[in-house]
Amino acid sequence: MKIVCRCEDITEEDIINTIRKYNVQTLVELKQLLRLGMGPCQGRTCLPIAARILAKETGKSVEEIMAPMARPPVIPTPLWLVSEDDEK
Amino acid sequence: MMKNNADVVIIGAGINGCALAYELSKRGKDVIVLDRRHIAAGATGRCGAGIRQQWSTKENAILAKKSVEIFENLSNELNYDIGFRQGGYLIAIHDENDMQQAKKNVEMQKSIGLDVRIIDADEIKEIVPILEPKGMEAIGATFCPTDGHADPFKTAYGYAMAAIKQGARFYKFTEVKKIRVKDNEIKSVVTDRGEIKTGVVVNAAGAWSKQVAKMAGIELPNKPVRKEALVTEPIKRIFDAMVISFRHGIYFSQMEEGQILGGIPSPEEKTGYHTEPTFSFLQRMAYMLGKYAPVLKSINVMRQWTGYYDVTPDALPILGKTSIEGFIQCNGFSGHGFMISPMVARLLAQLINDEKLDLPIERLSINRFKGKVFKEKSVVG
Repeated sequence: MKIVCRCEDITEEDIINTIRKYNVQTLVELKQLLRLGMGPCQGRTCLPIAARILAKETGKSVEEIMAPMARPPVIPTPLWLVSEDDEK
Repeated sequence: MMKNNADVVIIGAGINGCALAYELSKRGKDVIVLDRRHIAAGATGRCGAGIRQQWSTKENAILAKKSVEIFENLSNELNYDIGFRQGGYLIAIHDENDMQQAKKNVEMQKSIGLDVRIIDADEIKEIVPILEPKGMEAIGATFCPTDGHADPFKTAYGYAMAAIKQGARFYKFTEVKKIRVKDNEIKSVVTDRGEIKTGVVVNAAGAWSKQVAKMAGIELPNKPVRKEALVTEPIKRIFDAMVISFRHGIYFSQMEEGQILGGIPSPEEKTGYHTEPTFSFLQRMAYMLGKYAPVLKSINVMRQWTGYYDVTPDALPILGKTSIEGFIQCNGFSGHGFMISPMVARLLAQLINDEKLDLPIERLSINRFKGKVFKEKSVVG
């Protein structure tokens, strides 16, 4: 068993099965179906690996595969740090 | 190869397109669903996925209540776990004006058989222990325990997979270029992958419905409005309810995996296709979450994103027939398309299949904008 996404416990087998079952073409679909890249690392580890698996399964190039939009703040950030001032 | 004919072509594979494909294929209709991207790529995959029955207009309240009755058994019906749970909706009451409106709403909601009540500040803390009524500026709340939440991805995919099993076809990454109309009747849909002959086209294109309608020569009053949301890191489960306020526009709840998900509107937001997340949203949401539940100040926000509300002048959806024979509208949900989708899909399937409808929908037709408009007031996010 090869773990691809360590935050959400997703294996290479999970990814391949999901791609075939749902005819997945993009990383966004994998994200929706498996929570791939939704954990604390925000996909920095798993997305490049998943992109390679998806490229192999679909016959597309890695570049062709649509990357999910990077969503700020990218690194988990405490809410108090970004909160508006109380004075406002 | 793409099939070149169908009984019904649905444009848009969001929750309403998927649910309608299921209801129509269940009735033996030959259905094709087209989407420029993929399932749940627009508002469905970006929404808070709350399911609320507490509305100020009777139309919305009944649609939502009937939908909850379907949601309650939907995982079984679709043979797909949609992650439905009923933790209730807690709607803040801030002052005497709110209280008067709440009393009116509760009376109407009870008249349609909804289990809903007005609670005081102490009971707010019993239902959601981390809430701080002073910070919320709340003197009470309304609470409906059968309101809830479902996973928007799983619900959309669940409907789509069940529809496919019944023979429906989904063509994703397929863009509609033209809708051919002759003698005031729908003839075909032209896509970038070929033409599909059909007598019925359903416009379920969400924030892009206006453009789709234009292809058939119909003008819709819908406007896209960017909405923002954020999600925190997962923490231990502490509450089940969705907390919302019409004064502050905020909504938030704790998801199945433990993360807090919510949103708040930006007063400066203008209509149009803006996709960038803003820092001012993050500031405002962090501040308001800290006011409502001070303990959340120390947890981490993981990501923020945007999606569109497809907004109509009265914040009610546009459903049903148009002056063009076979051109059906299923859009304008104004931020609550997910929660009413099971019933909307059933009603439109009945309409298209010439059955008797469970509820009348004439008042939600495009024709209503010719007269005076009564606006749904209970909108958040």
